[in-house]
Amino acid sequence: MPREDSTSLAALLSAPSELTDPGSSKTAIVLMTRIRLARNVVGHSFPGWAKPAQREQILTTCRDAVARLPQMKRCFNFAVSDLGELERQILVERHLISRELSGSKGGAGVLISRDQAFSLMVNEEDHLRIQVLRAGLNLKRAWTAINDLDSALEEHLDFAFSPTLGYLTACPTNLGTAMRASAMMHLPALVISNQMEKVVRAVNQLGMVVRGLFGEGSDASGSIFQISNQTTLGEAEEVILKRLGSVLQSIVEHEVNARARLLEADAGKLHDKIGRAYGILQNSYLLTSGEAMNLLSLLRLGIDLGLFPDDQRSLIDRLLIEAQPGHLQHAQRGECDAAQRDALRAVRLRAEFASFPRPEIRSANPGAAA
Amino acid sequence: MANPLKCDLCSKPATVHLTQIVNNKVHKVDLCEACAEAKGVTDPGGFSLADLLLKASLTPDAAPPTPGTRCPRCGYTPVEFKKHGRLGCPACYEAFATLVEPMLANMHSGVTHAGKVPARSLERKSLYDRLTKLELDLTEAIKSERYEDAARARDEINQVKQSFHPDAP
Repeated sequence: MPREDSTSLAALLSAPSELTDPGSSKTAIVLMTRIRLARNVVGHSFPGWAKPAQREQILTTCRDAVARLPQMKRCFNFAVSDLGELERQILVERHLISRELSGSKGGAGVLISRDQAFSLMVNEEDHLRIQVLRAGLNLKRAWTAINDLDSALEEHLDFAFSPTLGYLTACPTNLGTAMRASAMMHLPALVISNQMEKVVRAVNQLGMVVRGLFGEGSDASGSIFQISNQTTLGEAEEVILKRLGSVLQSIVEHEVNARARLLEADAGKLHDKIGRAYGILQNSYLLTSGEAMNLLSLLRLGIDLGLFPDDQRSLIDRLLIEAQPGHLQHAQRGECDAAQRDALRAVRLRAEFASFPRPEIRSANPGAAA
Repeated sequence: MANPLKCDLCSKPATVHLTQIVNNKVHKVDLCEACAEAKGVTDPGGFSLADLLLKASLTPDAAPPTPGTRCPRCGYTPVEFKKHGRLGCPACYEAFATLVEPMLANMHSGVTHAGKVPARSLERKSLYDRLTKLELDLTEAIKSERYEDAARARDEINQVKQSFHPDAP
């Protein structure tokens, strides 16, 4: 029997979303902004300590409350236990659930708004992890959206709160605002010119954290990094966001400068890198996820530098998600091993890049003039 | 190689070495592969060293847990907190205040909340508290045959109930 629309992952994948749709990728360096709030219901044990029946009760309570929010009208509603391995992986790759939630036992669920802008995880580390995702750099807009959703939710749920410690969370590192705001940034020039370590250190000093695309420990594959606030207690949300915003702005400036310096020092070398990436994407027969990410990243840089048309950026951003193992296997309708995936990925990318415009490298490298 | 670094958690040879600066303090942790995996160092969900330091109780200034205390609401113990770095329920923050609060200064940029307040939740709570008190007053007044006080309490109860459901007739 086909699943109901609201619990069908296929329906979610075919629904339009800001992150995978053309027209959304207007920002060159910041791919997306994300804010998440942790909330717990007063008088109940945190998910990690709650008994299975209590977890189920929280899931029902939270689902009922979320169902009453106008922002969550016709939302997708998944119980983690009803999802297959691949389906969970897809939600992780789309940043709609955490890996922790995907591995959790009974009583865990997620509610995702139609446009996939909001995702509410139930019984992850806290009763509720409310998240908003927006394309590009837009902390203010993201904050307004999630603040409104949180206030609407509060009409129906009593949140655990202390006047001195703020929102009470399972882990003391999230106390206070219980807010983690982050931006996903594409920083290829800082990586190529070996400046990332310096940036990470400076960002740390300012109370922010830098992670790879899929969190700490994941490498800088695709030169994509997440920058987020480290601390949550002692400052108001707006203050944290303002500080994060200025850190992000300064990283953007550093990346822009690094690009300019790379072009100034040896444009030919940079153009060669991008041209080779283009060639490999069109002609390879085996591509690991990491290599694909790096090649796509170089093409994205090429678009930013005007070597390819600007409207191709959304294709690259979509492929950065769809070339991930879960999405690839789902499109193929079945699990397969890493070697088969590498072949599949190459087939997919060859097809996508067969008609991709050639790089327009206007001024040949200076050395060739003579 | 003489004296290879040992894992901070289990003393096997460490292969994962982490450095993170939290609030201008450098923290270093050495882990074996199994512990790194178990502690989610490779977890994309958002691993932070502060978190790990907390779990391993390497955080300086953290008071040792007082044995024998339990959260009166959920039964959680300081031993469990030490082991998982998580608390059992919201009430644990009060039960283990002496244990948790000294850690906060190292972990955060302040120790007092300065952000959003769930105004509606708090309003409901204060109404609920008031209702409980009035109901108690009412019972007392009836018991001691102070009927005027009882009538006043009853009227106030109705008023409070009205503000819970302002739309009700």
